[in-house]
Amino acid sequence: MELFRPGRDGGVSAWVSAGEAALLRSLVTPVIDMMGGDRKDQPQRSVVDELEALFSEGPAPQTPTDPVLARLLPDAYQDDPDNASEFRKYTEESLREAKKYFAQTLLDTLPENGGRVKLTGDQARDWMRAINDVRLAFGVRLEVTEEFEEQLSALDPEDPKVAAFEVYGWLGAVQESLVRALARLTLQRT
Amino acid sequence: MSVAPAEVDLPRIEDESVPDRPWVTIVWNDPVNLMSYVTYVFEHVFGYPRPKAEKLMLDVHHKGKAVVASGTREAMERNVEILHGYGLWATVRQDT
Repeated sequence: MELFRPGRDGGVSAWVSAGEAALLRSLVTPVIDMMGGDRKDQPQRSVVDELEALFSEGPAPQTPTDPVLARLLPDAYQDDPDNASEFRKYTEESLREAKKYFAQTLLDTLPENGGRVKLTGDQARDWMRAINDVRLAFGVRLEVTEEFEEQLSALDPEDPKVAAFEVYGWLGAVQESLVRALARLTLQRT
Repeated sequence: MSVAPAEVDLPRIEDESVPDRPWVTIVWNDPVNLMSYVTYVFEHVFGYPRPKAEKLMLDVHHKGKAVVASGTREAMERNVEILHGYGLWATVRQDT
């Protein structure tokens, strides 16, 4: 991969191999499933149903029990379950939709068999968020700490977690390059 | 155009907050979010200049959390929604 750099046209660009494109797709697609997962088996709800649900005294929405979901959709109020639940009732669905949208932007702008990725500033911010959501999921599952490098070097080379840590590290490098490219774009404009 | 119904049951707003104390947006440290990314988010979302965004990011990193904005409850809740979109661990509360 050639990491992201500011382009001449006000966007950013990078180059990904076919393997990296396939890897990114396989990592980002599950986020879309996770964010829509609860709704899959339910019939389509109409706008009226949605409104009724908002104003009815149904069961209060709770913090997700899956730690990955709890990290991607965190409580907005700490040690205040009533307010946290109330906030979740009005915002969780749109946050799920937003995260699906960021992931979908990445999938839509990723060349299927690898190649040049060219993004506008907005698309680059969607990529940043989509990659960050994958990193957050990895972080929870791998119990990543701030001493990530030490954790990786302490693992037995045969440990299957090594590959996951390496992918996590690679995603961090891709995200870092996006941040730097976007920051340089902002500087160029001012 | 339509005529408003004679009587409307507005949802009751239970706001026991003290009006004089502002609300704050807090960002908590987590081991995953990159320092450069958090700085960028503070610059982009709040329009803070780089030095202020960097100082807040370092406060989060070293102290475990930092107040990144203050104002009305609605504005702080909106911040938290946007920050959750970026994957930052953000909460809102009334300032003590």
